[in-house]
Amino acid sequence: MSYDILVLGGGNAALCAALMAREAGATVRLVEWAPEHSRGGNSRHTRNIRSMHDAPADVLTDVYSEDEYWQDLLKVTGGQTDEKLARMAIRHTAGCRPWMSKHGVRFQPALGGTLHVSRTNAFFLGGGKALMNAYYRSAQALGVEVTYDTEVVDLELEGGTFRSATVIRNGAEEKIHAKAVVVACGGFESNLEWLREAWGPPAENFIVRGTPYNTGRVLKALIAKGAKSIGDPTQGHCVAIDARSPKFDGGIVTRVDCVSLGIVVNKHAERFYDEGEDFWPKRYAIWGRLVAQQPDQIAYSIIDVKSMGKFMPPVFPPLKAGSLAELATMLTLDPAALEATVRRFNDAVRPGTFDHTVFDDCVTEGIAPPKTHWARKIDTPPFYGYPLRPGITFTYLGVKIDERARMIMADDKPCANVFAAGEIMAGNVLGKGYIAGIGMAIGTAFGRIAGEEAARHVRG
Amino acid sequence: MSAGNGTRLEELVAEAQRVLAICNACRYCEGYCATFPALERRLEFTESDVHYLANLCHNCGACLYACQYAPPHEFQLNFPRVLAQVRQQTYRKYAWPQALGALYERNGLVVGLATAASIAFLFIFTSLVSDPARLFQAYSDAQGSFYAVIPHNVMAGFFTGVSLFVMLAFVMGFIRFWPDLGEEPGEFVKPRTFAEALHDVFTLKYLDGGSGDGCTYPDAQPSYARRTFHHFTFYGFMLCLAATSVATVYHYGFGWKAPYALISVPVLLGLAGGVGLLVGPAGLLWIKSRRDPLLADPRQDGMDVGFLVLLLLVSATGLALLFLRETRAMGVLLAVHLGVVLALFLTLPYGKFVHALYRFAALVRFHLERRRPRPGIAPE
Repeated sequence: MSYDILVLGGGNAALCAALMAREAGATVRLVEWAPEHSRGGNSRHTRNIRSMHDAPADVLTDVYSEDEYWQDLLKVTGGQTDEKLARMAIRHTAGCRPWMSKHGVRFQPALGGTLHVSRTNAFFLGGGKALMNAYYRSAQALGVEVTYDTEVVDLELEGGTFRSATVIRNGAEEKIHAKAVVVACGGFESNLEWLREAWGPPAENFIVRGTPYNTGRVLKALIAKGAKSIGDPTQGHCVAIDARSPKFDGGIVTRVDCVSLGIVVNKHAERFYDEGEDFWPKRYAIWGRLVAQQPDQIAYSIIDVKSMGKFMPPVFPPLKAGSLAELATMLTLDPAALEATVRRFNDAVRPGTFDHTVFDDCVTEGIAPPKTHWARKIDTPPFYGYPLRPGITFTYLGVKIDERARMIMADDKPCANVFAAGEIMAGNVLGKGYIAGIGMAIGTAFGRIAGEEAARHVRG
Repeated sequence: MSAGNGTRLEELVAEAQRVLAICNACRYCEGYCATFPALERRLEFTESDVHYLANLCHNCGACLYACQYAPPHEFQLNFPRVLAQVRQQTYRKYAWPQALGALYERNGLVVGLATAASIAFLFIFTSLVSDPARLFQAYSDAQGSFYAVIPHNVMAGFFTGVSLFVMLAFVMGFIRFWPDLGEEPGEFVKPRTFAEALHDVFTLKYLDGGSGDGCTYPDAQPSYARRTFHHFTFYGFMLCLAATSVATVYHYGFGWKAPYALISVPVLLGLAGGVGLLVGPAGLLWIKSRRDPLLADPRQDGMDVGFLVLLLLVSATGLALLFLRETRAMGVLLAVHLGVVLALFLTLPYGKFVHALYRFAALVRFHLERRRPRPGIAPE
């Protein structure tokens, strides 16, 4: 079979590309590896898009300028970003919502418990799966040919020009020819073997928060066929999540939001990082790596009853005990060691006025690491503990692209008819770190650009 | 009550608690309807919380289609279905008399039709015994046909008795349900919240999918089919009640006896209501038959279908009576129509109709709670 445009992948970026290309008049085939019920890659676990706006706009309050957005991005990436591409994505988010609405996506004010991002992030009514459902409905109505359960196993690239893709569906191999291809099939975070290659043995203890279908097979093939890679395989969006979470697809509910309210210890019952460094929404993205660096990649967030009910309820109930020693036993920690750590911490807590909504003056003195805000003694039973593991959300290793979303080859020349969008090229913008809603911003912006450019290429 | 039902309720409450804990940690669906903001006010869910949330849910299905944890995900989360299953147990638990609560799990269609047939037969049999000729005679409207077959005081006596019983059953259900939610009786009748709940009912606010696109019924495609057919049913029912009320005033206030002329207030109201009760229940039955199996609860089909079929029969027999009232068929038709109407009323407290009572109570509660300070979860 032959089409104008073949889209590999079935998440947000893929659908944005397919819809744009179809709207431009191209015939489009989209192949999604997941079965229909699990379609949508990691996008189905998302809930918002970080959006620039120069004035209050529909669900967004106040102003979030291009420069402020760029500064936020610059800060989390530590400069590991491409300013031109980043600003393209940022500007794109200012104007893409009407198009999204046209395709059935609905927005709502920030969710309960997330008011801190009501200025910067536009939330999808019903979350990312509802958004994907809307896009798939629109794609069907517009005549995009979608097949599920279809794995891409190989690509035919001749001197940087795409010829065909080989896919397997229901055990049968099919070669799909197209005049252009949009590669939007994610990173490699659900490929445990590849994670082990990158991270070594600690990867054994990683939990994959999203889709099990992002095995990076296409990414690997592209790099092997001469695509220029970008990003570090150990970089990704990795947060500390409940150690009891499912190995894959646990999504949002696995998060544990009480880190800044208490202390976090490793398996030796020792603290290892300032839990009160910044507001949790600004720090949750670093705790995955912090836990990954601890022995056996396990940590425990410990609070007392004073903090109960002051954070978003996690999906798994906490372990609860009347004494620290008892809690330590439940968490398989050495009771004496935990008691000693808490005693040292409590002794270091200075008097202050606790207020979790501001940078308060509750600090520790004379311990390392310090706790620089929200430091309260852990002294009132019952005590609660949540076990934590690194939860990998997505990886940043990808293919390099230009401003037209064309894939760049190792010789720095762009491919004529290979375009990349979404997680597979997110590393161009996001070399490290994370800010909420940036993944959907990159996916939407470059998905739409890739679809448009691919259609332009086909029209000639 | 058998131990089996207690266990069923306990199992369902436990499953609902599991599901609610996941939903409370996720919250992606909070824009869809009232149920999610209501659950987010809580960290733990008691049995009465579960009854409250279950009856707040309109079973539109939007949250299931949006759910990243829906089957086949290992969390096997099906929020609307477990709440629907709980609702049936709410009806059962608060039914009065308690013993009749078991009827919700019987085949409502069979119960309803059997009741209608028995009553119709009773009327026909009585007429046959007293004076067979009267039953099969054709009357002109001027002759006051209806009461020639079934005397007015018999008819009025039956309806008064049944209505009082039905009202008593509803009141008894409500006065046990409302305090179990932890609310004072006086709270229920606060004008502002009461009016807000009425507004939600009259407009079916929560069948708009949260976005105004309509709700995901019968399948994932948003549509206004369910709201439209429900409006036909609801307002059709109301118009029929209005027709009866006006006729009652005519009868007692002015001494004007039925049947009334075609161009008269009771007949026009009844005609409009009858059409509503044909289109509405037929439409609801049609979309119900196309309902996504993930969202259907076969244990409630009997209750749902029974109620809708009785409504359809009420309007069908009523309209037939209107058009054939000057023929020989009138006598039997009247008996059948009265049988169906009485059966509908008798089964109101033990069938799908009760959703109106508990849904309305839950909506009033929702608006009461909305104004109270939000418990301190996740301060910003």
